[in-house]
Amino acid sequence: MAIKVLHHGLATTVQDLGRPGYFHLGIPVGGAMDRFAMRAANLLVGNDEGAAGLEAVFIGPKLEFTEDALVAVTGADMPAKVDGVAQPGWTAFKVKAGQTLTFDFLKSGARILIAVSGGIDVPEALGSRSTYPIGALGGHKGRPLAAGDELPVGKASLSGEGRTVPEALRRKPGLPAALRVVPGLYWHRLTEASQENFFADEWKVANEADRMGYRFKGGRKLDFVARDQPFGAGSDPSNIVDSCYPYGSIQVPGGTEPIILHRDAVSGGGYFMVGTIISADMDLIGQLQPHTPTRFVKVTMEEALAARKARQASLAQLREALA
Amino acid sequence: MSIRYTFGGDEHLFVECSEEMSLEAFFKSLSMAKGVRESGIKGVTEICPANASFQVKFDPDLIHPDDILREVKAIEGAAEKAEPVLKTRIVEIPVFYNDPWTHETLMRFRERHQEPSGTDLDYAARINGYGSVEDFVGAHSGSPWFVSMVGFVAGLPFMYQMVERKRQIQVPKYLRPRTDTPRLTVGHGGCFGCIYSVRGAGGYQMFGITPMPIFDPAQTTSYLRDFMVFFRPGDIVKFKPIDRDAYDQAVEDVDRGRFAPPIREVRFDLRDFQKDIDGTNATLEGMLHGH
Repeated sequence: MAIKVLHHGLATTVQDLGRPGYFHLGIPVGGAMDRFAMRAANLLVGNDEGAAGLEAVFIGPKLEFTEDALVAVTGADMPAKVDGVAQPGWTAFKVKAGQTLTFDFLKSGARILIAVSGGIDVPEALGSRSTYPIGALGGHKGRPLAAGDELPVGKASLSGEGRTVPEALRRKPGLPAALRVVPGLYWHRLTEASQENFFADEWKVANEADRMGYRFKGGRKLDFVARDQPFGAGSDPSNIVDSCYPYGSIQVPGGTEPIILHRDAVSGGGYFMVGTIISADMDLIGQLQPHTPTRFVKVTMEEALAARKARQASLAQLREALA
Repeated sequence: MSIRYTFGGDEHLFVECSEEMSLEAFFKSLSMAKGVRESGIKGVTEICPANASFQVKFDPDLIHPDDILREVKAIEGAAEKAEPVLKTRIVEIPVFYNDPWTHETLMRFRERHQEPSGTDLDYAARINGYGSVEDFVGAHSGSPWFVSMVGFVAGLPFMYQMVERKRQIQVPKYLRPRTDTPRLTVGHGGCFGCIYSVRGAGGYQMFGITPMPIFDPAQTTSYLRDFMVFFRPGDIVKFKPIDRDAYDQAVEDVDRGRFAPPIREVRFDLRDFQKDIDGTNATLEGMLHGH
């Protein structure tokens, strides 16, 4: 069983739930930007939640199947078609040998996750099939898909057609998108006025938004508390002695445009960070399109932990619904 | 040097041992990170040491952030008493300074540089008080460098120059980062040197290129067969200037699997180094060359 890539879309990569354990060497966890959607797609087609699927951003790929398969597409609203016939999202459907899977234009969200029964069976690299293109690691030949590629698929049973994720569990960013932040790290470097402005202002997703990081613009420039720069930090007030960067941390080079580091994050660097997106909201970021109005919402650690519990409850409901 | 603790969301504890860079801060951060690893605190999933700080990733389903904070703080005292001694290795890395590839790249991004009229080497030599690029290269390759962090991208070493602070090379980063940097570029930003392990974006000044791969996901390079990343924190690096012919020869040797960088096991004691920097460096270099 294989999938032939007839067209790669914009940037389509093999992803799973990532490769934790190598961030101390600069190799990020990677994996699906929208983890919940990845798990849901896999469960729909009878895979383990951590099986490898495809993540496509903004434009779907064109894929030909050499054998029958069960397929599910979750995440963004980008209708799938099998030989031109529309298929429902968040629902398992059959693709027969010789048929072609294509996609309509993106209606909302940013990334679809495509799961195929049996999973994309590329070799594991450091314990994961996720693609880390900068390091030419994992996925299909360490890079995004290209026309002409053939992807191996694992063996699977094809039962479960029509299985669907209840509407209430399909999470989408609001408008404006609200991303919850625990202030910290180098938050104290900002003046009180800038600390207030950061949360008061409406930001917009910039064009530079990818798996490594999401940039935002449109808010007021942040001002720094005056100090003599520490030795080794660099002369700009937004510089620090190069440190680790948490996943979800928000750096603001020059105090102008916040950047949230995501699954393919650089592991460290010399820009100060104002805080970190809570784990419960990381999936949402992967579904933001450029120009989406966004608010950063200040929360406490206890609120972050409560939100995390709420996400786990949704995941438990998903597992129950698809059991 | 008082330690500052802060959280990175609900999954990271960030520990800043010092705001400013020094080898003392590096050793304190390394010994604390080691202490956290050895203490086996439940819920810890990953420990990332950095230059003067480190980060602990944890699973808040297994340990409450308040509890991990308390447990990591409890290690502080023991870490402070730890001897600043490392069993490590020194490696000689050939560098083709002022090479055509970084030169082409720096010319392509000239409008993002502080001094569009010259090269990165001209600029770095001038602002660090060297009369010529040759003198600057002499200083860059004249003393060893200490790998104080591995990261940014896969396997990239941040290197701290092992000389008195007043002699350390310092340069600002590009005004706006480049979107391209040749693989294996030897760069510098702030007080840190680096080797770009892969091609990609970068903001450090570019001085030259090494033929020696330091990251190989295919693990075909002879000295990267066991693991794809060459560097670890605590490694000591000595650069050796080479010319075009030697560079081409080394690239061919790498391709044929017969390139073997000189590597020697060494013991580094920060106290000896602080007492006699030049003497310690001379001893290290002697060991590199088999004395």
